[in-house]
Amino acid sequence: MSFFIKLIYINWPLQILILATALFGFLMLYSVGGGSWDPWTKPQMYRFFISFLLIFVMSAISISFWQKISPFSYILGLALLIAVYFFGETGMGAKRWLDLRVIKLQPSEAFKISIVMALAYYYHKLPVSKVSHPFYVLVPLLLIIIPAFIVFRQPDLGTALVIIMIGIFVMFIAGVHFGYFLFGGISFFALLLVLFKSRGTEWQLLRDYHFKRIDTFLDPSTDPLGSGYHITQSKIALGSGGLFGKGYMQGSQSQLNFLPEKHTDFIFTTLAEEFGFFGTIGLLIIYSLIVFLCIYSALATTNKYSRLLITGLCMTFFTYFSINIAMVMGLLPVVGIPLPLVSYGGSSMIVIMLSFGLIQSAYVHKNNRF
Amino acid sequence: MSKFRENTLKSKMVNRIHRRIVVSGLLKASAVALLGWHIRKLQIEDSEDYKLLADANRVNLRLIPPSRGLIFDRLGRPIALNEQNYRVVFIREQTNSPRNVLARLSNIIDLDLKIQDKILQDMKKRSSFIPITVAENLTWDDFARISVNLPSLPGIIPEVGLTRHYKEYETYAHVVGYVGPISDKDLKSEKKVDPVLQIPKFQIGKVGIEKKLEKHLRGRAGVSKVEVNASGRVMRELNRTQGKSGENIHLTIETNLQKFTSERLKGMSASAVLIDIESGDILSLVSTPSYNPNNFVLGISQSNWNALLNDERKPLLNKATSGAYPPGSTFKMIVAAAALELGLIGLNDKIFCPGFYELGSRKFHCWLKGGHGKLTLQESIQKSCDVYFYELSRKVGVKRIGAMARLLGLGQSYDLPLTGLSKGLMPSKKWKKERLGTSWLVGDTLNVGIGQGFSLATPMQLAVMTARLASGRQITPNLIRAPNTAPTEPKPLSITENTLIAIRKGMFDVLNEKDGTAFNFRSTDENSLIAGKTGTSQVRKITREEREKGVIKNEDLPWRMRDHALFTCFAPYKKPKYALSVVVEHGGSGSKVAAPIARDIMLFQLHGGIPPLTAYPETQKLEVRNRLLDIAKKINLSANINLNI
Repeated sequence: MSFFIKLIYINWPLQILILATALFGFLMLYSVGGGSWDPWTKPQMYRFFISFLLIFVMSAISISFWQKISPFSYILGLALLIAVYFFGETGMGAKRWLDLRVIKLQPSEAFKISIVMALAYYYHKLPVSKVSHPFYVLVPLLLIIIPAFIVFRQPDLGTALVIIMIGIFVMFIAGVHFGYFLFGGISFFALLLVLFKSRGTEWQLLRDYHFKRIDTFLDPSTDPLGSGYHITQSKIALGSGGLFGKGYMQGSQSQLNFLPEKHTDFIFTTLAEEFGFFGTIGLLIIYSLIVFLCIYSALATTNKYSRLLITGLCMTFFTYFSINIAMVMGLLPVVGIPLPLVSYGGSSMIVIMLSFGLIQSAYVHKNNRF
Repeated sequence: MSKFRENTLKSKMVNRIHRRIVVSGLLKASAVALLGWHIRKLQIEDSEDYKLLADANRVNLRLIPPSRGLIFDRLGRPIALNEQNYRVVFIREQTNSPRNVLARLSNIIDLDLKIQDKILQDMKKRSSFIPITVAENLTWDDFARISVNLPSLPGIIPEVGLTRHYKEYETYAHVVGYVGPISDKDLKSEKKVDPVLQIPKFQIGKVGIEKKLEKHLRGRAGVSKVEVNASGRVMRELNRTQGKSGENIHLTIETNLQKFTSERLKGMSASAVLIDIESGDILSLVSTPSYNPNNFVLGISQSNWNALLNDERKPLLNKATSGAYPPGSTFKMIVAAAALELGLIGLNDKIFCPGFYELGSRKFHCWLKGGHGKLTLQESIQKSCDVYFYELSRKVGVKRIGAMARLLGLGQSYDLPLTGLSKGLMPSKKWKKERLGTSWLVGDTLNVGIGQGFSLATPMQLAVMTARLASGRQITPNLIRAPNTAPTEPKPLSITENTLIAIRKGMFDVLNEKDGTAFNFRSTDENSLIAGKTGTSQVRKITREEREKGVIKNEDLPWRMRDHALFTCFAPYKKPKYALSVVVEHGGSGSKVAAPIARDIMLFQLHGGIPPLTAYPETQKLEVRNRLLDIAKKINLSANINLNI
């Protein structure tokens, strides 16, 4: 099939929804920028449209190619994580970025793709009879834990947990026996208990600021000017939006610098304040449709790799928006996770668009068997 | 395993995957539903509460700005203080028509339309509860009149704030720097935004110590939680978290010396640094011309700013640490030290100076046209012979000269809380290749050897170099007095004592032997003998024709083309306590211009006040007396000068 014929087979509704979400994002960035294309809207638009074209190019490349390079993507991802550990740029107390001159890359973000590709490859190759064999369960667990641990040491607890979540999710989809998950779940809660018991002792397992974040999450009023401030202010912004919102560029909370990260992680609050319940539910519906179309695409493909790949990447997308929204509403502690396709930022944008490129490639080549 | 069993397993697995994808989809859907439900609760059910909060939010937390740490001199005399400032602020939310209120206010105090527009714009940018400063530094009369008229001015609040005030401002401007109202740009560059920075026109350090030690000086804001009614009126204070005032800072600088130095350098584009050799404390750090930092505190006017910026003598620049000059002959000690350490020359070896040095077809000239004749190392420093150092630097080579220069503190910046510190420049072969793309020539080495060519040093570095030569220790300068810490003795330099003694003797002869380049400006007081070195660095190239016709005199050149005058010295010679460097930009000759200045400053420090005339040679007493009396009057110091000579 030629490039242009392949384009016909793209999941067009999905593509259009991506575009729609991004346009919505530009609108919001323009508003938080105080009605200006600078400094956020313009660079965000460039990044989006270039990577939007990238989706088309990626979707024309055969899924078997992506399948073949999966192990390398994992190795590369791991190498970058290690590189960031040694050469990374420190910002806000954490080493997360690699300065590659052209872009500032956040390898822990990119790894969310690598882990899905690697696990999909693994289960694609693994004979069905061995899927629930303890040894073959241990291997992918190590594949997940090692990078997650490096990310945790950056320190970036939020992203580490997301990587683990996505990895475990792919294992679940791949058909690993349910007992493992039950056992895992129980031990997870036991671990949580130990974590909290360790506080203040000399074997304390988390940094003080982690505990502090959890504290302010549980009771924002303990630190009204510190980290609890964000949650309180963002809830007020959200709630005061009401049914129809205060009108575009009229949000008093967000326009007046109450929210420190209003163009990145907290952009949902601006949207909620200015467009109200209709705006937030509208965005939630668009996101849900994107997830639905991904699941539909996954079921439409005929090979295991594509299926696992799409569901895994879809999960990545889902974690982005659900955690972000839960976070700004005060349902989850504040971890640095952006609102996909809307928040300002390069790394997460690239990761999301690459994921969609892979999903489209799998969808275009849904009848390939290998 | 049979093929059949494997196939059934496979299809079973396909079904399982199918099932699990669907189940996960359903789980996601329910998660989304939960989110949606919660959004509904926030935005519809509790919306009214949050709307109230959003209104009330404006006033329920009030910041109490911390008072900024004070800055004192070495003896505890205040330099930067906080003064009471009568001002009025405006809280937008308390009125429906801010424009009308401002118009009414302009009947009471001077407030033109332009300023009113600016205030209204500022208000739009910030949340409506944040007080916007309308007028500052009001007289008591204006302040009282506003207070009386408050009922007709809703939203206007008269208050007494603290604002920075600099005493002895001109003399400390370059060290202490200044604070100014925070700008949007400052706010953006802050990583973790301290809530007090949200207060418009909050004063933060912009330059110098005020900027570098901002963290210590700022302190922490207190928070007062107040209950407000719907119209924004404060009903009562609920609780209050005390803030913390900023830390006070004690400088190593001594104000009288600093003022004397400033006054002595007045009218010139110059700088001076005086270091205590034992502790490394900087006792004086002056750059002239200076400016009034108080003009910046409330925001400087465009015309004042332009005037400062366009002044060719650069009043804003701290020339002592940011100005880099060719060190000229003050560099010769470094070459001498390197040669002695390497054993390339003995103390009694002589070199002949015919007045020039030939390198291939190029002729390098000595400053003394007829030449110095035969010289020992000590004499070469005393007379500052160029030919001697052409020969010597050629033997040593640029690499080893550079190593000695770095050992003595050149080509590096020190850890001082000042902005815009220059590193100077100690060139190397690699540097020239990278920077200019051409290879290093022997001629370049000769030029570096007499402190010309590519090498650059700041007055601070020259003072450190002198302090290190005088003490033989690795002196590093410091500007802040750390309380309750015993001074640690700096490590000795890896230079042999004999080398140091020879160089110090050479520097002694510069002032105390008849042929010394600064013999006229010696101290005649037996207890405060000064040793030093002159330097005159060219800023232009002298062509062959000009040299044949006779070099143009400095006085006949435009200011920008004249030589820099340098002098660096230490005293007392027998037991060195202080090191000093003086650089006068385009001042002319180091021996004629810089040396007398340095002598006055050094004698001031040695005598702890205006120096007595007995320290000056007989013939100069009259001139010196007039000068010192004049300065003493200006800086309000008693001069114990015997008027009858």
